[in-house]
Amino acid sequence: MNEPLLKVTDLKKHFPIRGGLLQREVGRVHAVDGVTFEVEKGETLGLVGESGCGKSTTGRCILQLITPTSGTVTFEGRDVTKAGADELRALRRDMQIIFQDPFASLNPRMTVGAIIGEALIIHNLAKSREDHEARVVHLLETVGLRADHMRRFPHEFSGGQRQRIGIARALAVEPKLIICDEPVSALDVSIQAQVINLLEDLQAKFDLTYIFIAHDLSVVEHISTRVAVMYLGRIVEIAPADELYARPLHPYTEALLSAVPIPDPEIKRKRIKLEGDVPNPIKPPTGCHFHTRCPIRQLPRCATEVPKLELGANGHWVSCHFRKA
Amino acid sequence: MAGSTHASPIVEPGKPAPSVERAYSPRREAWRRFRRHRLAVASSIILAIMIIGIALGPIIWPVPINDIDFSATLQGPSLAHPLGTDDLGQDLLARMLYGGRISLAVGLAAMAVAVFVGVLVGAIAGMSRGWVDAFLMWLTDLFLSLPTLPLLLLIIYLFRDRLTATFGPEGGVFILVVAVIGGLRWMPVARLVRAQFLSLREKEFVEAARALGASPTRQVVRHILPNALGPVIVAGTIDVAAAIIAESTLSFLGLGFPPDIPTWGRLLFDAKDHLDIAPHWALFPGAAIFLAVLTINFIGDGLRDALDPRRVL
Repeated sequence: MNEPLLKVTDLKKHFPIRGGLLQREVGRVHAVDGVTFEVEKGETLGLVGESGCGKSTTGRCILQLITPTSGTVTFEGRDVTKAGADELRALRRDMQIIFQDPFASLNPRMTVGAIIGEALIIHNLAKSREDHEARVVHLLETVGLRADHMRRFPHEFSGGQRQRIGIARALAVEPKLIICDEPVSALDVSIQAQVINLLEDLQAKFDLTYIFIAHDLSVVEHISTRVAVMYLGRIVEIAPADELYARPLHPYTEALLSAVPIPDPEIKRKRIKLEGDVPNPIKPPTGCHFHTRCPIRQLPRCATEVPKLELGANGHWVSCHFRKA
Repeated sequence: MAGSTHASPIVEPGKPAPSVERAYSPRREAWRRFRRHRLAVASSIILAIMIIGIALGPIIWPVPINDIDFSATLQGPSLAHPLGTDDLGQDLLARMLYGGRISLAVGLAAMAVAVFVGVLVGAIAGMSRGWVDAFLMWLTDLFLSLPTLPLLLLIIYLFRDRLTATFGPEGGVFILVVAVIGGLRWMPVARLVRAQFLSLREKEFVEAARALGASPTRQVVRHILPNALGPVIVAGTIDVAAAIIAESTLSFLGLGFPPDIPTWGRLLFDAKDHLDIAPHWALFPGAAIFLAVLTINFIGDGLRDALDPRRVL
């Protein structure tokens, strides 16, 4: 197999909690707690998990918007975490992000043209004023907006259109990898489909690689080539999308999939209900993070020994003492 | 979210472009929006008339400001003296036209100093966090807790003679008064700006700029500062008023301009002993201060709204 486009190794991000008179560190939020995965060129890796499991933090650590506590992120063979200021600027052209909230991610005081054109100015991509404007118009049209939209302000657009503006901004630097941080979660269902189709078209057109962060499992199934499931800062299972949805191995994935609504009231199926809540990431459980809620746990092994993420058949990785692919 | 079929009138691609031609220069757009703010436009006109009057006053009304006439003391408005006279028979209109220059200049310059220092300190504190932020906020609190009057006394006794020797009696005191008023009024602006910066720097559009590789300067100048300016403009216009009034306090205490320079505040304080027999003496300078402060406030409101594209105007 070729060198993967992106390789994340044992990535950790712990946010310190400071308190007391001297602002000493009194605890740590284990937002991302040892994540390892690879992304091949041209694929879409779906990253799913419930709120607060560290999906978005992982995405931001890859882009170096948040400095990871430890671990490495290797993009095309270069270690991003050790990049200097100049190297990082160059990397910004290769990796981009699309945000969840289309209302918060566009500067309300800049015109759409200025928002999209900013990347061209930062990286000196336009040869002249005419070239600059032509590129902005081209980007707008690429994402299905009109040239005259560039003179308007973000508040004049609907959620779906704003998300298109955010996509055009990310595309301006001609990136290789785009991290989509829940890009459709804030949109209406009908608009979700349009934006997803746009993302798929762009992927084919510009040979893009996506990391698609979401909590909506049906959206992820549709767009992803492979899916990684996260629970409390760790990846519990990675598999090709068809494989994962047909044959989930980790008990957490099983429970998640059993909760996906099926738009047919006649179909009966077994729901796996998990007990309790997600444990506090300030004090994650010992051993396997999932052992407090796991229906197949066997104490004391699960509470003491951290299961390894192991590769089995069909490119199926799973991190469980009892389920192997 | 999921399942809701919200019927929003969305112009998705494929529909024909509307034929409306839009003004696209942000500056022209702001000017168009400012003109829609009636109070601000009226205020601009009134303030412009006041400034023109003050600037051209001695040409239009060539009466000396210190022409003493004991046959006409404390007179009400008349043809010879449109705004009346004071207790020495000096013409009030001439005095107000002259004093207005200093009052307005002090107000605007002190506001500029306060806003500049405040934005600078607040922006540095808000962007740096850590010990720089802690130190700057400590400094701000220190300035807030300083007793103003003894400090004024000290500064003025220390520097007045040297400055008047270099810049002349009016210029020297002007610099001193502006520096002192501006230097003691930047703290609220700094706190406002810092608070805005702390919240804005975490916004997704700033994160997007960072992801694009924007330098910290660019993030501040293009993304954070423009979105933090609304409250600063309002605080700035309030500072103009406060500075005009602070100048009159200083003059009253004999710490500001010499008594023979009739700033509006000075006129007001001189008039207070004769309120019962010559109310006009206090009324006109008071009205001038009131008008200046009010119009500047409305202009500030208009500016704030005009510069915010989200407001429908």
